[in-house]
Amino acid sequence: MTNGVNVQALLDAREVLKGAPEAAQFTWRASSKWQHGVHSTTRIEKFFGLGQEQSHKSESVFEADHPAIFAAEDNGITPIEYLLVGLASCLTAGIASVAQNRGIKLNSVEASVEGGHDIRGILGADSDVRNGFNDIKVTFSIDADAPRADIEALVAQSQKRSAVFDALTNPTNVTVEVA
Amino acid sequence: MNVTTAVIGAGHAGLAASHFLTAASIDHVVLERGEVANSWRHERWDSLRLLTPNWLNRLPGSHYEGPDPDGYADMGEVVDFLERSAKDVPVRTGVTVTSVRRSAGGYTLTTDQGPVEARTVVIASGACNVASVPALAAAVPSSVEQVTPFGYRNPSRLPDGGVLVVGASATGVQLAAEIRRSGRPVVLSVGEHVRMPRVYEGRDVLWWMHNSGVWSQRYDEVDDLTRARRLPSPQLAGASTLDLNVLTALGVELVGRLSAIRDGAALFSGGLRNVAALADLKMNRLLDTFDQWAGTAPGERFAPTDVPGTARWRVDLGSGEIRSIVWATGFRPDYSWLDVPVVDPKGALTHDGGVLGDGLYALGLPVLRRRRSTFICGIEDDAREVVDHLRLHLAG
Ligand SMILES: Cc1cc2nc3c(=O)[nH]c(=O)nc-3n(C[C@H](O)[C@H](O)[C@H](O)COP(=O)(O)OP(=O)(O)OC[C@H]3O[C@@H](n4cnc5c(N)ncnc54)[C@H](O)[C@@H]3O)c2cc1C
Repeated sequence: MTNGVNVQALLDAREVLKGAPEAAQFTWRASSKWQHGVHSTTRIEKFFGLGQEQSHKSESVFEADHPAIFAAEDNGITPIEYLLVGLASCLTAGIASVAQNRGIKLNSVEASVEGGHDIRGILGADSDVRNGFNDIKVTFSIDADAPRADIEALVAQSQKRSAVFDALTNPTNVTVEVA
Repeated sequence: MNVTTAVIGAGHAGLAASHFLTAASIDHVVLERGEVANSWRHERWDSLRLLTPNWLNRLPGSHYEGPDPDGYADMGEVVDFLERSAKDVPVRTGVTVTSVRRSAGGYTLTTDQGPVEARTVVIASGACNVASVPALAAAVPSSVEQVTPFGYRNPSRLPDGGVLVVGASATGVQLAAEIRRSGRPVVLSVGEHVRMPRVYEGRDVLWWMHNSGVWSQRYDEVDDLTRARRLPSPQLAGASTLDLNVLTALGVELVGRLSAIRDGAALFSGGLRNVAALADLKMNRLLDTFDQWAGTAPGERFAPTDVPGTARWRVDLGSGEIRSIVWATGFRPDYSWLDVPVVDPKGALTHDGGVLGDGLYALGLPVLRRRRSTFICGIEDDAREVVDHLRLHLAG
């Protein structure tokens, strides 16, 4: 049975890193460049981890812009939509890994993600309204050879071990400065 | 003083160790800084009752003989019970051990009443000596009073006004309920927790834990022992179910895990729904285990935790809404007096089923040798096996 996740490698890594917390310190990096209007391009390739510089197989390029109803050119999705990309893909990866570990064969996993956003916040139209999402709802449709309770447990466990779920649900210190 | 075995602590763990040491004719002394059952006398709140029913609280050589085997003992009753089982135990009360170090013949204990030389030592000083309070407590504005379960006695000692209870395990749910009943508004910050009904299919849920074999699972059979040893206490309290739904009905407001205090505001995780879902799933899986053991059709299933649609994720601690915080965020042991390199960086003893090596032993720690080790009823088997090992060590 395989969902294509090398769980053994993850479990081995867990054991090794328990005794080597320094090696577990990763730095993920992105660099972005303003294009024009509210359009920017962000590139991601290198990161740091396991004590040394690492690299993805190839560079990925992300365009961010705003749709025409924001009087922009829509060269890419809005930045806040990237959070939905991160959340959906992180939870999905978690589900595949947990399922693999529990011996559950997945036939299909689909998620629809909705983030409720009151844009009066970012427009400064009402100071009581926050800038970010008010709430996010993820709905998974999962076809797997397992009873519903086990599928619900997969989904619950994937949230418990999700980096993006944690980053969205808990505050993080963010420093922004001018070089 | 010279003894073969020094036992540190006269709670139920130290008393049980003594029982088996006596049975093995090993001369020993039990050193206790306070009195027998000191923790139950001085480190518990007024209303506390055991969450284990009377019939279950057995110690080697003594068990409940009163009129209410299905009741839940108050602190006076627990102290009486332990005192009775200490009748023939060589306890020296009022002796604080301030250091334990290796010596040529075993161990040298330094105490405030003079040194003790022992060939072997049993650490039974308790797993809950200090209230664990997260570091972020330092950022709480000084206008808000802070209290741990060690300082808390009853609601009337809290300032009037709102109370934030952090932690929803046994201690947190019990304190949230009684503080709410005192009329104060209560906000309960809920992280990972263990939900249990008080009664399942007509029997105490701990009857099921005890008899179905769940609690007998050995430490070397547990999948993730580190995790099992850190598992929070179940949401149980005396005679009736005290889960989050009961608290909501009492008017307690649920919020997520406290994740930061920033600019004088407490910020709570947006993951409340998930910790509740995890607890519901685990409870249902536990009930399935009971059914399978009993060979019966699935019994009652309880309503899922009703999480508020819009749990607050920010509470301003400077507004006067919250006047005090109760840290029900767990307990940890204190080994500051232990000068033997057996404490890991997280402050836990490095042991294999209570065996630390070189004649040093521990009792009374979570999942020491079995899942029930934390509880009074778990000590008998653990103490017997640990003392057996100690006896063989002495025989060389
Ligand atoms: C709030 C709370 C509620 C609980 N409810 C239940 C329950 O309902 N049912 C149940 O089965 N279990 C319960 N437990 C778990 C467990 O039974 C108790 O923690 C129990 O007190 C543990 O017994 P012990 O003998 O291991 O440790 P303790 O009872 O803590 O005894 C350790 C003794 O060692 C002494 N000591 C410590 N350090 C030194 C030193 N350096 N020198 C000399 N003496 C020292 C202490 O004074 C103390 O008397 C509860 C625990 C807590 C914290």
